[in-house]
Amino acid sequence: MSKTTRYSGDEMWKNNVEKIQNSELFTLTYGSVVSQLCRDFNNNYQEVNQQLDRMGYNIGMRLIEEFLAKTGAQRCQTFKETAEMISKVGFKIFLNIQPTVTNWTQDGKTFSLVLNENPLADFVELPMGPDNRICRDLWYSQVLCGVLRGALQMVQLDVDVWFVKDVLRGDDQTELRLRLNKFLKDEVPAGED
Amino acid sequence: MSSYYFVIIGTRDNPIYELEFSSFRSGVSGIQVPGKSQFSPSVKEILPFISHSALDIIEDAQWSTNSFNLGKIDSFYGLMINAFISQGNIKYVLCYDANGSGTNGSSSPSLNKNDENSIKQFFTEANELYVKCLLNPFYSVNNAITSPDFDHRMKLLARKYL
Repeated sequence: MSKTTRYSGDEMWKNNVEKIQNSELFTLTYGSVVSQLCRDFNNNYQEVNQQLDRMGYNIGMRLIEEFLAKTGAQRCQTFKETAEMISKVGFKIFLNIQPTVTNWTQDGKTFSLVLNENPLADFVELPMGPDNRICRDLWYSQVLCGVLRGALQMVQLDVDVWFVKDVLRGDDQTELRLRLNKFLKDEVPAGED
Repeated sequence: MSSYYFVIIGTRDNPIYELEFSSFRSGVSGIQVPGKSQFSPSVKEILPFISHSALDIIEDAQWSTNSFNLGKIDSFYGLMINAFISQGNIKYVLCYDANGSGTNGSSSPSLNKNDENSIKQFFTEANELYVKCLLNPFYSVNNAITSPDFDHRMKLLARKYL
């Protein structure tokens, strides 16, 4: 199962690649969004994180539709399967990266995605202020958390997503953490009315 | 051992990055720290003025050539000044003392040419580094470059070419 999904993820990226001629454009666009947000909110980085998360959430809610249409993926039976799907298909077709799924907790409800490379953060270097507040407060790629949260909510998984490490802050790796809170009731999409 | 003073000038004639170093080639005297510049204090304090006064010459010279490397454009009491200008009107100025040739005997033309070439390469790669830095969303034109990573890479370049 996992082998076929990975294959299809690869294939889809390949067929898609002419459309995205310049990933730098994407990277720089995201960069401008983040730096503009920082200016707009007067370097209140908590607020910037929240905004990015909200943007991601809106992206994710729509993106899941495209994901399902493209992959024709079936409902995952376990959360472990979901994790594999996110890493090997989701990230693969949209960003052409394949984060490592690790650090499962005992109850199988929380895991980490380790991003070996982060296309959002190419060229980026957080400015070293005197107080280094930006390195402590800003999660530059927070939009990814929102995307995952939004997308998973649309398939009835209520999850919390947050960053625990980011190479931009000088950590050794970029690590996202996902925690499954509960399965949502099937019929009502959350967030609607 | 030549000493070098390298400065990047923004579009409003404002310095955005400066670096002082000496040649890493041929460590003659054992005492001094490699890469530490050997400018005398009196020269040291006028280096920014010298490079600043070169800006006028650069602005004249840029119209007389098609290449970005303007070569040696000025000298000031034994200090040579080389310059390079980028598409975005960022100026790179390198001041260096010529006594480096003293250890190698009087500078032969071929050696001189070699030097010019490595300076040109140094400029070109410095420009590439600057462009990379410019791609950082948190950096905007004419800001001072404070990134330690840039500084580090710049020093590596200096070591490689000069």
